Amino acid sequence: MSTILKPENVDQVRDAVAWAAAEETPLDLIGGGSKRAIGRPGNAAHTLDLSALAGITLYESEELVLSAGPGTPIADVHAALAEQNQELAFEPPDYGPLFGQSVGTGTLGGIIAANLAGPRRIKAGAARDHFLGFSAISGRGEVFKSGGRVVKNVTGYDLSKILAGSWGTLGAMTQVTVKVLPAAAKTRTVLVFGCGGRAATAAMTRALQSPYEVSAAAWLPQSLAGRSDVGYIKDAGASVTAIRVEGPGPSVEYRCGALRTQLAEFGTTEELHGHNSGAFWSEIRDVRPFAMAGDARAVWKISVPPQSGAPLASSFVETLGGEVFLDWGGGLVWLAVSVDTDHGHIRTAVSAAGGHATLIRAPAELRATIPVFQPLDPGLAKLSKRLKESFDPRGVLNPGRMYAGI
Amino acid sequence: MEMPKPDDGVIARRHEIAAALRSIVPGEGVIVDEEALRPYESDGLTAYKTLPLIVVLPETTAQVSEILRYCHENAVKVVPRGAGTSLSGGALPLADGIILGLGKFKKILEIDYDNRCAVVQPGVTNLGITDAVRADGFYYAPDPSSQIACTIGGNIAENSGGVHCLKYGLTTNNVLGLEIVMIDGEIVRIGGKHLDSEGYDMLGLLTGSEGLLGVVTEVTVRLLRAPETARAVLVGFPSNEAAGSCVAGVIGAGIIPGGMEMMDRPAIAAAEAFVEAGYPLDVEALLIVELDGPEIEVDFLIAAVEDVAKENGAVSLRVSNSEEERARFWAGRKAAFPAIGRISPDYYCMDGTIPRSQLPRVLSRMTELSETYGLRVANVFHAGDGNLHPLILYDANKPGELEKTEEFGSEILKLCVAVGGVLTGEHGVGVEKRDLMDTMFSKEDLNQQQRVKCVFDPKSLLNPGKVFPELHRCAELGRVHIRRGKMRFPDLPRF
Ligand SMILES: Cc1cc2nc3c(=O)[nH]c(=O)nc-3n(C[C@H](O)[C@H](O)[C@H](O)COP(=O)(O)OP(=O)(O)OC[C@H]3O[C@@H](n4cnc5c(N)ncnc54)[C@H](O)[C@@H]3O)c2cc1C
Repeated sequence: MSTILKPENVDQVRDAVAWAAAEETPLDLIGGGSKRAIGRPGNAAHTLDLSALAGITLYESEELVLSAGPGTPIADVHAALAEQNQELAFEPPDYGPLFGQSVGTGTLGGIIAANLAGPRRIKAGAARDHFLGFSAISGRGEVFKSGGRVVKNVTGYDLSKILAGSWGTLGAMTQVTVKVLPAAAKTRTVLVFGCGGRAATAAMTRALQSPYEVSAAAWLPQSLAGRSDVGYIKDAGASVTAIRVEGPGPSVEYRCGALRTQLAEFGTTEELHGHNSGAFWSEIRDVRPFAMAGDARAVWKISVPPQSGAPLASSFVETLGGEVFLDWGGGLVWLAVSVDTDHGHIRTAVSAAGGHATLIRAPAELRATIPVFQPLDPGLAKLSKRLKESFDPRGVLNPGRMYAGI
Repeated sequence: MEMPKPDDGVIARRHEIAAALRSIVPGEGVIVDEEALRPYESDGLTAYKTLPLIVVLPETTAQVSEILRYCHENAVKVVPRGAGTSLSGGALPLADGIILGLGKFKKILEIDYDNRCAVVQPGVTNLGITDAVRADGFYYAPDPSSQIACTIGGNIAENSGGVHCLKYGLTTNNVLGLEIVMIDGEIVRIGGKHLDSEGYDMLGLLTGSEGLLGVVTEVTVRLLRAPETARAVLVGFPSNEAAGSCVAGVIGAGIIPGGMEMMDRPAIAAAEAFVEAGYPLDVEALLIVELDGPEIEVDFLIAAVEDVAKENGAVSLRVSNSEEERARFWAGRKAAFPAIGRISPDYYCMDGTIPRSQLPRVLSRMTELSETYGLRVANVFHAGDGNLHPLILYDANKPGELEKTEEFGSEILKLCVAVGGVLTGEHGVGVEKRDLMDTMFSKEDLNQQQRVKCVFDPKSLLNPGKVFPELHRCAELGRVHIRRGKMRFPDLPRF
């Protein structure tokens, strides 16, 4: 029978993990549970629910740092930061709607453990780049910490980096500290209509090679643009390439204008201002074009060199009949395909392009049969297994969530 | 500061080891002659010196792999080395270990503007990368002051920063891929031209690992398009507090400048005497704030910074009006270390980070300590990110003065930790801060770090004696001692 353990303080988390280690019984770690359906399906008898370790314990806007319990709802973090005109620069996505859940169920710890990032990834980095330090309970039932509460620190190994993106397999975090940054005063988005994926990549590349500090670059084919709630996108009647600039008002106006001139050769241009721009980029960030399709197709998230995204994407459309859109200047391909398509083909093509693919959404049976995360080369696989053992020798923390035996 | 006791058995096998290395790296690439070893006896932390057993300078990844496999099989310690500019003794040789110099890995392998990255060998200098792409309007963002000399491999090992890292990030935020050779000779590739890692973020773990986990033989870095323009503001303040609150004010106004550096009175005086940058000499603290981007943005932000500076009691304020003037503003700051070198026989550069709000407290305590120890101290400060570089002035020829300096330095670093900061912001732990690690970390923290070391290098042959105060045997660290929690923890909420 499955029990849910819901510790309220660090000692209780330690007791729970130490007990699990002593019993050699795996724990399924959750924050808000919004990403529970991502990863290889587990069979842990017990759930360790960390959502009670919530609350912001330190926020010094002028020092650019915020510490909080891992269970702190990301929405609370956004709200606190907004009061000081600050933000998490990596634009944490909310995949909730992709899984048919409501928005806003994610936690700060969950975003870090999954190392997610939104469209600003290309300029500001991912959660890992803003994750300054943590305390956690290892699979040995020991409290340990790494990093600090200052924005610049090289003392000891940067364990924050491997905890980020470890999907709860290395430690149960009990406290996290992140870097926060001022929010931009103004945002504008240049739209170019009518490009195919390759032309769009050329346009995005032009923009990203310009000195105009582009903070996001994405492409939607016409069919997906039609699902947007933003009028200019929905009614475009064409594919949409979108380029975002942010910063002080006069600078944003100048850069937006300069980009429109430079990109005119790729198609008709238009621009989105503050509200529409915000709405559009949150759709891209949260994979809304697929969430809004309202179906249960498998969804792949594919990270490749920016120039490889469009060719891969079009080959998937042709061979698998999938739907695609591009973010990160072409380097991120979102792919929706039928659950019973040839998923092996996707893996092979992505490996050949030099990158990795994660099966973000799929029924449990599929996630149990094919690798969810990119299979590792033997050298890295060996290191990963040993790393897991060094943190969690009895394999009690989300075992198998990422890879079998890890 | 003590290093692990050299193994006489290994030292006795010196000729045999040299012969084996020669069979891997023919010709001039293996150095055993004492005079020729001399240049390798220390790195940028010249207070510590040791002649290495042998220096080997391979030219290919295959050679690095063979060398490491040989050393692994024959229990020979290895200290990787780039340009030897480390300020924490990271590349300090071991009497019973070889120096594995990457100086011959000097090729830029690929420049890929469309994917906005460059693939380079680890011996390419930091500035070498920017030089290769500057004509096309690009650059590599992290810019340590040692950038003419230091290598990208060393930057990876130390996770180096620079004056622009508040806005553009440290090395770790600007690297996409690595090729590393493990101590057993296995070659592992991590990342590439894409973002984020498959599986655990080994790229992030390797960056800043101080040569203890693997030898870097290839690096893929991000390239950025250079900003259209940059201008600097030079602001003088009557007190360190005022300068500190100006920094907070700038960030509070939502501005993240390209660079924001502070110098105290002794540092200003030394720099001005050395390069005549035109610094005001009647102020207690000087800020250099650089804004970059399109001209219209720079003008806008400069006006905002000027307002904040005035609100905080600035007594002098100049804005650069040409590239030459901007370079002159920076010249003094960039030459601060050698400038101090001119007014003192020796200096010792510290590298703590503090929450910026603690600056006045830390500086005034430092003044007290300076009097107690009878040693002068000058401060340069990456003010935006709270990274403090106190420079302690001393004379190594005066008996006992180095020891006194080290003690003073330790006091400063402990103070940084006590106010919520850390031991090192960018120079690394190396040998220098090794024995202070327990002021920041518990035994459990350090054990977990050492277990990570064991994952990569179970025999502890890669750069031993650095970073960790005490070397535990991997077998001992690996043992599982689970303190069984209260059975079923009655007080733990369950559902
Ligand atoms: C005047 C001066 C100014 C400086 N300014 C700055 C600054 O602004 N910011 C800053 O961050 N640092 C600064 N430094 C420190 C230093 O330059 C950096 O730490 C630099 O990254 C070291 O590079 P290096 O090639 O000289 O490495 P080395 O000194 O040769 O080695 C440093 C460490 O890296 C390891 N290592 C080197 N190459 C490799 C490799 N290929 N694979 C694995 N491990 C390797 C070594 O074992 C050692 O532990 C300064 C130093 C000086 C002397």
